Amino acid sequence: MATSWTPDQPIVQCVDVRKSFGALEVLKGISLSVRKGEVICIIGPSGSGKSTLIRCINALQPITSGSIQIEGIEVSDPRLDKLALRRKVGMVFQQYNLFPHKTALQNVMMAPIHVLGQKRAEVEARARALLAKVRLAGKEDTYPGELSGGQQQRVAIARSLAMRPDIMLFDEVTAALDPETVKEVLVTIRELAEDGMTCILVTHEMNFAREVADHVYFTDRGVIVEHGPPETLFTAAKDERTQRFLSQVL
Amino acid sequence: MQAIGDWFQRLYETTGLNFSVFYDAYDWGRYFSGLKMTLLLSVTTILLSLIIGAFGALMQGSPSMLLRLPVNAFVVVFRNTPPLVQLFFFYFGLGTMLPAVEAAGMRVPLLSNVQWAIISLSLFAGAFNVEIFRSGIEAVPRTTLEAAEALGYTRLKAYIHIVLPLAIRVCLPALNNNLVNLLKTTTLAYAIAVPETLYAVKQIWSESQNVFEMMVVLLATYGILVGILVWLMHRWERAMHIPGYAR
Repeated sequence: MATSWTPDQPIVQCVDVRKSFGALEVLKGISLSVRKGEVICIIGPSGSGKSTLIRCINALQPITSGSIQIEGIEVSDPRLDKLALRRKVGMVFQQYNLFPHKTALQNVMMAPIHVLGQKRAEVEARARALLAKVRLAGKEDTYPGELSGGQQQRVAIARSLAMRPDIMLFDEVTAALDPETVKEVLVTIRELAEDGMTCILVTHEMNFAREVADHVYFTDRGVIVEHGPPETLFTAAKDERTQRFLSQVL
Repeated sequence: MQAIGDWFQRLYETTGLNFSVFYDAYDWGRYFSGLKMTLLLSVTTILLSLIIGAFGALMQGSPSMLLRLPVNAFVVVFRNTPPLVQLFFFYFGLGTMLPAVEAAGMRVPLLSNVQWAIISLSLFAGAFNVEIFRSGIEAVPRTTLEAAEALGYTRLKAYIHIVLPLAIRVCLPALNNNLVNLLKTTTLAYAIAVPETLYAVKQIWSESQNVFEMMVVLLATYGILVGILVWLMHRWERAMHIPGYAR
């Protein structure tokens, strides 16, 4: 798949994305673009299609119509090379979804070895460094079931980073965590953002969104109602739906 | 060894309890070769039935109807009919339809009764193993598979590295039961004159007139064999235990 993508073009480009589950249309024409190194937060009430959107971005779910391009790769192309796409896009889930039969270190090492065929010694060195980066040095040989939710989520972040993605997707990654462990995960994500990683976050952490996002999208019932830099969206929302939502959550 | 033989001989002389296998070399020989045949049947049918189960479950999870349909038909046929009837079907039904072959100047059937017993029992237990493995595979959360998919795993690689290792752990207790049943079901081979333990012991009691004593030996033999199998399976289960993992 030849692409003519250059880093000055949007790294993620969604144009009029529609997605239906049977008769139910969940995404009703979403358009957004993300530049390299940008941090995007998608906020909105439950059921507004936020998670569906980012699941479509890495082709976990096919879109019904429209176009999603990642570094120039068309995700809805039936001949899509999913492996090529997933090397570029890492994803972290609400429920961590670690592989329970493998230790933290093995979880991080598995995909580069199995999927990319990289050398074990090199991958192990990188995996140890990543675990240290997410502040889990010393937990390498611990199984997911023995870790707290926040620790598991940080292993999941390290596992995604081990594939050296260009873009990270975060699907409500703190929603299942205890309040006291939310912070440690957010710190990790903030550090990633500061390192220049392109991040797309679906989140309910409004303060966090306000702090780290370059751009915030408010979605409701499958459409983007309003978007803008956090300082304007959070303080001077124009749309009545945005105002109502923000007044409920802030 | 001599002391044991002497003790059982004395037991016979003083009480009339005739455990001939333990002091009579000829009876012991027959019993021991029966035991070896039982072990041969058990080990080969357990291994074959596991292979049948693993492949069957993989085919059953395939998106293609052409692969799923034959597996489902196989499971229904072998689960819904009695194993003894299956054995007779193979040995007396199919066996007589196959051509005979020349071996050492004699016309012999293409497959011996031992081979038919192995085939028949493996298929019987394999059908159950397909369902047992499937239950394990279905217990692996979809979200775990999704995480693998998001990391670039293909369907096959995810099966090998993630689904199967987790599925095996889930279905071990059920598998354990089925393999215990299979070991005990090898006695059915008696019906087509395979010289396994039941067959040998029956020969001994017919000649030595010690039905009760040989029954005790027979029950103890299977009790111990199953005990060893269960012990091995439990060791396997413990070795596969994941710290902190509770579904």
